[in-house]
Amino acid sequence: MRVSLTARAAIVSVALFLVFIGAWHLATRGTSATAAMSPEYAKLMGVTATQGKSAMPGPVDVGEKLWGHLKRPFYDNGPNDKGLGIQLGFSIARVLVGYLIAVAVALPLGFLVGMSPLMHKALDPFIQILKPISPLAWMPLALYTIKDSSVSAIFVIFICAIWPMLINTAFGVASVRKEWISVARTLEVGTFRRVFTVILPAAAPTILTGMRISIGIAWLVIVAAEMLVGGTGIGYFVWNEWNNLSITNVIIAILMIGLVGMAFDQVLARVTRLVTFPE
Amino acid sequence: MTDFISIEGIAKRYPDRAGKITTIFENLWMPIVRGEFACIVGHSGCGKTTVLNILAGLDRPTDGAVIVDGEAIEGTSLDRAVIFQSHALFPWRTVAGNIAFAVSSKWPKWTRAEVARHVQTFVDLVGLTGSESKHPSELSGGMKQRVGIARALSITPKILLMDEPFSALDALTRGTLQDEVRRICLETGQTTFMITHDVDEAIYLADKIFLMTNGPGAMLAEVVENPLPKDRGRIELHRHPLYYATRNHIVDFLVSRSRTFADTVKDRDPRLVPLVRPGIAEPVLLALAKPVASPAEATSHLAGATGRIASKGETP
Repeated sequence: MRVSLTARAAIVSVALFLVFIGAWHLATRGTSATAAMSPEYAKLMGVTATQGKSAMPGPVDVGEKLWGHLKRPFYDNGPNDKGLGIQLGFSIARVLVGYLIAVAVALPLGFLVGMSPLMHKALDPFIQILKPISPLAWMPLALYTIKDSSVSAIFVIFICAIWPMLINTAFGVASVRKEWISVARTLEVGTFRRVFTVILPAAAPTILTGMRISIGIAWLVIVAAEMLVGGTGIGYFVWNEWNNLSITNVIIAILMIGLVGMAFDQVLARVTRLVTFPE
Repeated sequence: MTDFISIEGIAKRYPDRAGKITTIFENLWMPIVRGEFACIVGHSGCGKTTVLNILAGLDRPTDGAVIVDGEAIEGTSLDRAVIFQSHALFPWRTVAGNIAFAVSSKWPKWTRAEVARHVQTFVDLVGLTGSESKHPSELSGGMKQRVGIARALSITPKILLMDEPFSALDALTRGTLQDEVRRICLETGQTTFMITHDVDEAIYLADKIFLMTNGPGAMLAEVVENPLPKDRGRIELHRHPLYYATRNHIVDFLVSRSRTFADTVKDRDPRLVPLVRPGIAEPVLLALAKPVASPAEATSHLAGATGRIASKGETP
């Protein structure tokens, strides 16, 4: 019997993962020379110097630490020592707030630009100039005017998430099939009903593609933004653990950032499938 | 005017890139009687679709007006339903949902149950009973167009407008759908205006066939009255003695006269378009020795047209 493609792909994935873990384990086993030193000095230097252990954590170290984090995701020992769950929660909340504000602005504006050739031409230069600006370039301006680092981070998320949604919405709305618009016209459907019963469902797949791109960018940017603003969040956690020289925690944070980003993407991909109808 | 639809001197002109004005057609007059099935035949670019879009209210004439039931039309109306060539169904709505969209547009105050009952009537009429909750992607091309027909008929329009509704279908499906449309139009006395490229389709369905010359500067050359009986069937259509005379007349027009017509006919009043009724061809004279049968019935409104047809009335 032939194994299905999905099963075969899964076997290859697992094999690649095992090869990677194996290589990682071998590379960080640590065989470098140890220097003779007094016991007190050796205590200060740690296992890297005394036993020749690699400074780079191996998969076992990371696994142990990860298990510790997963057992206690929400502990709070003060400003510089919070559970991974709390840090991720802060980041997700910021991304969602900034993203939802961007949705609330980009969708109506996208409909306006897509439906009105005048507004399309009038707003196009602004969109073209604002779109390529790195969201982090807004950070000083945001910090200066808003004066609150957490809100500034949300603003940066808003400003980076808005463009793909705005452009995709405008494009989706403008390229609704002419026949569908004609159907609505011959049936004397009013503007309000036309927008919600014809244009919105017709443009929904394109709009959701824009929303999917936006959430991806927002999640990329939040890490960098939180490194700048500090305090809380997974981005801050990464930078803080780098300052603590805890490479293990940095690796765990990288893994978590990837998993959360994938979850966001999958949710929107599923919604896109729900609103996409083949003709 | 006693005509139900009266197209009065409409023109369509577009400025081209260089700013020069191209006239697709101008001073076009067309009368359509209530309850009649009218077909417009002509080559691509003669402005057939533009005429239909003007009738639908989707396009405006540069000049002239269209009078329907005594009133000049202004934009689209729920009195005029369009069946699109590409069926134009909403893929996110089911069969019933697509028809219900039209029904609730026409009668916004109806309850859900009233709409559903009305929708069901038209689903049954086009023979889609049982497929109400399917999405368009689950339907064949013919079934999709049935939904398009049901959607157009469900708003009980005064005029049904069809833009090459069957051209995207295979021959078998096209035949059955033509039968359905003819049955429905005869039963309901629906006034219908259709564009087609298919001469046989025009002869089967239409009461009057409007022949348009080539564009730009297209004009209505003549109106052919279908001489075939009302109860004609699609299968034995080509056995009728008048079938080939009618067919040849139209094909001749499309092949040669549609090109040369504008040059040969000058200073014609565009309001007085000849109405032609093709008749049986006169027998060809073989020899003088034997007695020749008297010319068979030739009932054309125009003597000239009859003679012309008679001279080439043989079947291909």
